Amino acid sequence: MQRLTEDPIDFAALTESVRSTDSGAVVLFLGTVREMTEGRRTDSLDYEAFGPMAQKKLDEIEAEVRRRWPLDRVAIVHRIGRMELGEVSVAVAVSAAHRGEAFEAARYVIDTLKQTVPIWKKENWHDGTSEWAHPGVESTGSNRGTSP
Amino acid sequence: MKLDVRLFARARDAAGAERITVDLPAGARVADLRTALAEQSPNLRPLAPCLLVAIGTDYADDSVVLLPQSDVACFPPVSGG
Repeated sequence: MQRLTEDPIDFAALTESVRSTDSGAVVLFLGTVREMTEGRRTDSLDYEAFGPMAQKKLDEIEAEVRRRWPLDRVAIVHRIGRMELGEVSVAVAVSAAHRGEAFEAARYVIDTLKQTVPIWKKENWHDGTSEWAHPGVESTGSNRGTSP
Repeated sequence: MKLDVRLFARARDAAGAERITVDLPAGARVADLRTALAEQSPNLRPLAPCLLVAIGTDYADDSVVLLPQSDVACFPPVSGG
């Protein structure tokens, strides 16, 4: 299954791809580009990935989530490149016989993705500066005019 | 041994290059690579303690021994999602 894409994510098609008559529950999670972060206004985000490793880590997440919960189908797609406000950066769709495992599994996938998959986000602030987000690392301030 | 290290995100911007070549003694570990990167590229120094290191497509902790043929990548904490 395709894990990384530079194109807009068709989350309706992704959701449809996990539906089946074996499932009684489908959960879809979307990560979308938010305008305000701690009082600062964002114009857009740039996402970059270490492709081969990101693909492998996403495969591992799917294997682990299937080991932990009895799931029917799992689909995970992360978009790379520039995204404007409101656009979908990541989509996770999970189907299972019952809603409990579908909700828990979708939560596990997105939480683990954010901790382990080599993808990085750069905030392009409305004031013209830009800055990589690296959790736990002190901000260097902003680099005016840098672009990917 | 000379290792060609791929950099990503703020590490790449700080070093000003997508790849950096580091000269390390035989038997060097990931922790030594971290030190060497900071020495070679002073702009990487503030990032060095938090850099994650991958060999091939898997994370490698500080104790892992590097080999001349190791395919090494270095990057700050991830922020996808």
